Amino acid sequence: MAFLQLDNLCKRYGAIDAVVATNLAIEQGEFVSLLGPSGCGKTTTLQMIAGFVDVSSGRILLDGRDITHAKPSSRGLGVVFQSYALFPHMTVADNVAFGLRMRKQPEAEIRRKVTEVLALVRLDRHAQRYPRELSGGQRQRVALARALVIEPPVLLLDEPLSNLDANLREEMQFEIRRIQSEVGITTLMVTHDQAEALSISDRVVVMQAGRVTQVDEPYRLYEHPRTRFISDFVGKANLLPGELDGAGLPQVQHSRDASLTLSLRPEKIDLLDNGAGRLQGRILTRYFLGSQWLYRIGTPLGELTVVRRNDGSAPLGEGVDVGLDWQPELLRVLAADEVSA
Amino acid sequence: MNSAMPAPATCARQHRDLRGYLLSAPALALFAALLVVPLLLTLVLSFNVFDYEVGIRADHWTFEHYLALLGDSYFLEIFWRTFWISALVTLLCVVIGVPEAYILSRMGSPWRSIFLVVILTPLLISVVVRAFGWSLLLGADGLVNHAIQALGGAPIKLLYTPFAVIVALVHVMLPFMIIPVWTSLQKLDPAAEQAALSLGASQTKVMRLVVLPQVMPGVLSGTLIVFGLAASSFAIPGLLGGRRLKMVATLVYDQYLADLNWPMGAAIAIALLLVNLLIMLSWNHMIERRYKKSLG
Amino acid sequence: MSKNGPLALTFHSLVVVFMLAPLVVVCLVAFTPENTLSLPTAGFSLRWFEAVFERADFLEAFKNSLQLAFLAASLATLIAVPAGLAITRLQFPGRDFLNVLFLSPIIIPHLVLGVALLRLFALLGVNGSFTWLVLAHTVVITPYVLRLVIAAAIGVDRSAEQAAESLGASRFTLFRKITLPMILPGIAGGWLLAFINSFDEVTLSIFVTSPATQTLPVKMYVYATESIDPMMAAVSALVIALTAVTMILLDRVYGLDRVLVGKH
Repeated sequence: MAFLQLDNLCKRYGAIDAVVATNLAIEQGEFVSLLGPSGCGKTTTLQMIAGFVDVSSGRILLDGRDITHAKPSSRGLGVVFQSYALFPHMTVADNVAFGLRMRKQPEAEIRRKVTEVLALVRLDRHAQRYPRELSGGQRQRVALARALVIEPPVLLLDEPLSNLDANLREEMQFEIRRIQSEVGITTLMVTHDQAEALSISDRVVVMQAGRVTQVDEPYRLYEHPRTRFISDFVGKANLLPGELDGAGLPQVQHSRDASLTLSLRPEKIDLLDNGAGRLQGRILTRYFLGSQWLYRIGTPLGELTVVRRNDGSAPLGEGVDVGLDWQPELLRVLAADEVSA
Repeated sequence: MNSAMPAPATCARQHRDLRGYLLSAPALALFAALLVVPLLLTLVLSFNVFDYEVGIRADHWTFEHYLALLGDSYFLEIFWRTFWISALVTLLCVVIGVPEAYILSRMGSPWRSIFLVVILTPLLISVVVRAFGWSLLLGADGLVNHAIQALGGAPIKLLYTPFAVIVALVHVMLPFMIIPVWTSLQKLDPAAEQAALSLGASQTKVMRLVVLPQVMPGVLSGTLIVFGLAASSFAIPGLLGGRRLKMVATLVYDQYLADLNWPMGAAIAIALLLVNLLIMLSWNHMIERRYKKSLG
Repeated sequence: MSKNGPLALTFHSLVVVFMLAPLVVVCLVAFTPENTLSLPTAGFSLRWFEAVFERADFLEAFKNSLQLAFLAASLATLIAVPAGLAITRLQFPGRDFLNVLFLSPIIIPHLVLGVALLRLFALLGVNGSFTWLVLAHTVVITPYVLRLVIAAAIGVDRSAEQAAESLGASRFTLFRKITLPMILPGIAGGWLLAFINSFDEVTLSIFVTSPATQTLPVKMYVYATESIDPMMAAVSALVIALTAVTMILLDRVYGLDRVLVGKH
C-alpha cells in the first residue's frame, strides 16, 4: 500500500462536481505535482487532504490510517499556502516555532529545531524579523520552514511559487527540490505551471475538469501525452491528421478526414533544403528566444511550429522555402479528450 | 450552498448556525431591550391621549397628535424651517465638500494626510464645543462683528438667526460629505484622467466627463447622511438658534421637558424617524438602480 | 508635488480656516484674563482653568462622562466582537438582519432614541440610573466597534488560520493566538472610537440623565443656554485637549485616516 492514498475521492458543491472519483497513490519520499488549469480541482484536492474542505465521498489514507474525516489540527501535515499565510504579528522564529509550541515541546528543544530548520532554508540571520520586513522569497522560505519543522509525514504545497517574480521563481523551484530531497519528505505540490511541475517532480498528475487524466514521470508525460489537451498544456505541440499504417505505426495523412490526431513536438522537426523531406513549407515568422530560434512555418497541413537550437550559425530568413522532416516513431497518437477543456 | 449538500456537510452547517446565534445573543438581547422595545413603546405612546390635568392616559387612544402635525401652522412652520435649513446645509456641503475632497486627493504626501486629518477630526470633538465656538465668533461682541466694525461697517445680529444655525451645521456636516466623496475618489484610476487629457480633453472636461460621474455615488450618499443628520440636529439649533428659532429636534425637547406633553413629542419623533428612513430608503433604492449597472 | 492651481489652494485654505476657526477661538478665549468672552489681548491667564477645577458640579460631570464612556465602550466591545465574528465568519439565517439591526443606531436620530429610552426608563422607574445610562450609550456606540471589527475580520488572511490549524492549533488556541491578535488593532480602534462618541454624546443623554448622572456635554449644554462666560471656553479647551490625546492614541493603534475614511 502506498504512503498517501486517495480512494475515489469526490467533492460536490451543490450541483457542481469539483473533484470526481480521484485515485492517487504516492510513495514515501516521492515528489508529486498536481498540474492543471485553474478550476480543474487540484486545489480542492489538496484542501481535502489538508482537511480544510469536507470530503463528499471517498477516502484518504495516510500510512494505512484513514484520515478522511480527521480535523486539520490532528492530521499533522505540513502545508505551504499560496499567500504564505505567515502570522503577521509574530517574528520569523515565533512563526516557525508555532507548530512545536502546539505540540508542547520543551523550549530548549524548540529553539534547537527552529535554528536548525532556519539554517536549512538559509534564513538563520532573520529569525527576529517580522514577516513584513522580508522579501517575497524569504517569506516563502519561512512558510516552508514552518511547515517542515513539525516533521510532517507529508508536505503539501499550494501554488508555492506563483507569487514570486520569474527569476526568483526558478531559483526557489530548485531550492524547494534541494530541501525536499535533503529532508526526504513525501511532497504533493499543486501548480498550474507545467515547466515548474516538469522540472522538479518525480511524477506529475494532470487534472482537468475535476478528473485525473494522466499520471506519469515528467519525461514520459512530455514524450507520451495521452490526450490532445495534455499535449497542448504540457509543452508546445503540432497537431497533425494521421492514420495507422499496415505495421501499426502512425503516419501523417494529407487528407482532412483522417481518423487520428498525431502530436509532434516542435524540436523533433528537422529543417532541410527546399524540396527535401516529408513536407514542404515557407517560413512565415521567426522569433529569437536566446538559446533557440522559433519558426512559424506555413505548410499544406496548416501552420507548424519548429524550434531549432541556436548553434551560432545564421538562422533562416522569413519567406524562405524549406523542407520539413521527422522520425515517424516520434509521432504520438492522441486519445480524444474525455472532457472538453 | 443548497439542499444538494451531502449529509456530513449539512450537519456541520447546522452546528455552525447555533454558534452564530450564540455569539450574537448578548448584542441581540441588548438591542431588543434598549432599541426595539423603546421605539415600539414610543410608537404606542404617540397614539395615547394627553390631558394637562392627569398627564398621559395610557388606555385612551387618539390620532389627534398626528392630525396636529399636519394641520397646526405652528408645527408646519417648524417642519418647513427644518426642511429648508437642512436642504440648504446639504447644498452648501456639496458645493464646498466635493471640490475640497478633489483638491485633497490631488495633494502630494504628506500634505494630503495632514489636511485630511485637519478637516475631518473636528468630527470627533463634541458638538457642544463646536457650537460654543461659533457663538464666540458670531456673537454681538464676537470676532466677526469686530472685523465688520474694523472695516467701517455697522455690527449685525448673527447669533440666534438661521444664518448662525446654517454656518454651524455646515461646519459639523462637512466631514460627512467629504468622507464618502474622498472614498470614491480613492477608487478612481488616476491613469483614466491622464488618458482623457492625452485624448485632448481640457481640465474642466476631464472633471465633468471623467471624474464627476465616478464620484456621484459618493456625493449622493454624502447628501443623504448630511440631510438626515441636519434634519434631526439638536445641539446646534438649541445653542445657536435661541428660543424662537426652533427646529424639529428642539421642538421635541420642549414637548417632552417643558410642556410635558409626551404623546405629542412622541408623534413628532416618530414622524421625524419615518421621514428620515423614507428618504434614506428611497434614495438608496434610486442610487442602486442608477449605479449598480455602471459601477458594479 | 502638487497638482492644484492657485485658485484651488485659496479655496482649500478658506475651508481649513473655516473648519479650525471655532476651535482655535475657543482655545484662545480660554486663556483670557478678562471677565468677558474676549481674546487674550492683554496677556494670557489661567484663571478660568482654575475656575473650572473649583466647580464641583463640572468635575462631577467630567468624572461621570469618563466612567460612562469607559464602561459603555468596554461593554460595546464585549458584545460587538463576538457578533462581528459571527456575522463575518458564519452563515446562519437572519445574519443580514442582525447586521442591519446592530448598525442601525447610526441612522436613527439620537433624539428619537433619547425620547424612546426616556419612555422605557420612566415605565421601569429607572430614569437617572447610571447603569441604564451605560446600557443606553452601549447601544448607540456598538455600531462603531462593530464596523471596525467586521473590517478587521474580513481583512484577516483565512489561510493563516488554516496554517495554524494544520500546525495543530485547537479552535480556542486558534482564536487566542492567531485571530484575536490579527483583529486586535480593529478592536482597539473601535473601542477608542466608541469612547470618543460616548464621551461626546449630548442629544440622547440630555433626556435620560438626572442631575446626579449628568454628563459633561449635557452639563455644558445646559450651562451654555443659561450663561456664557470664559469658564465655558476653558472647559471646551480641556475637552478639545482630551479629544486630541484620544485621537493620537487612535492614530497609533489603528491609523486615524483609516478610522475617519474607513479604508482598509
